[in-house]
Amino acid sequence: MEMLFLTIALVLGFLTLLTLYRAIAGPTIVDRIIGTGVIGTKTTVILLLIGFLYRRVDMFVDIAIAYGLLSFIATLAASKFFLHRKTIVPGARRGNVPEEGA
Amino acid sequence: MSTVAIFLMIAGVFFFTTATIGLLRFPDCYTRMHAAGKGDTLGALLLLLGLALYNLNDGFSLAALLVSLKILSIAVFIFVANPTASHAIAKAAIDAGVRPWTRKGGKP
Amino acid sequence: MPVYAKDEMIRVLVTSLALFPVWLVWSGMFDAFHLTLGVIACAVVAWLSRDLLITRTDFSRLPREMVRFFLYLPWLLYQVVLANVHVASLALHPRLPIDPQLVKFRSGLKTDLSKVVFANSITLTPGTITADIVDGEYTVHALSKKAADDLLTGDMEKRVARIFGED
Repeated sequence: MEMLFLTIALVLGFLTLLTLYRAIAGPTIVDRIIGTGVIGTKTTVILLLIGFLYRRVDMFVDIAIAYGLLSFIATLAASKFFLHRKTIVPGARRGNVPEEGA
Repeated sequence: MSTVAIFLMIAGVFFFTTATIGLLRFPDCYTRMHAAGKGDTLGALLLLLGLALYNLNDGFSLAALLVSLKILSIAVFIFVANPTASHAIAKAAIDAGVRPWTRKGGKP
Repeated sequence: MPVYAKDEMIRVLVTSLALFPVWLVWSGMFDAFHLTLGVIACAVVAWLSRDLLITRTDFSRLPREMVRFFLYLPWLLYQVVLANVHVASLALHPRLPIDPQLVKFRSGLKTDLSKVVFANSITLTPGTITADIVDGEYTVHALSKKAADDLLTGDMEKRVARIFGED
């Protein structure tokens, strides 16, 4: 069972690296916020898996709760912040809401 | 019980993987939000359920039950918070005027 | 006692009652000291967020809504699994058969809670995410024409309206 946890944690770590590409290279800020949020969810699960590997779940589950709450708040704060900025993408104007099927 | 937990965890890893592939392959931020908002929610939900079940597996005690309940509370929180977060991001993108990618429009 | 203050007291009380189980699970200590601390903490948090979390004043329908919500959950979970299989098949498909579009439609849901449940349900079901809500007008991003048409049949809205007794 230890092996399974270790494998899952390693796979999730690899997926986090792939997501990190989107968070760094993503063409717009929106893509970066999405990437960061996804990394946050994965990290919450990885923290729990580390807890099971070290047999200290009772401690790591609290860290995972705190991390999950903070990552949600960070995503909300980032999107709220950029909601009030003039531009997210170069060239796009604020209030330039795309029409239906445009 | 252990078999169910292993099955849940492997299914969770599968959905995490497809969500990441979708995040990398889809053409613009709205379609990527589909991958992030759905794939991540179910992936995390299944993995956490599997971990909570496995935690109850060896010896039933109050401490183990509390840890399982905490893991379940994380799962419920992610189930509510993930769609809300992608809703907030989508609103930011629409208000900033990011045009969605379309089949005929070509480049995002 | 004026009516407004009484309503506020009821709201604070209900919020504390909802917060206390969370304290019990997350603290994990059941001695008198920690229980007292929990009651105080829940009361303070409920008082600080008295006009934030719960805005209604009539709680007589709350038990029925909760029962109906739990009856709604299995269907929602089934839809979530369908949505993930849909996204997985799209992500692994070599040619990415998507035709994304924005759809706008009006919904008759009245309370904030039902709007939130409906918006999150849209996001979790196959091929659609909610992008914006302005006074009951929803802007939805759909991955294909079929997903948008499925949403516009209004099946899910009827289910959500049934939970909150708005049909």
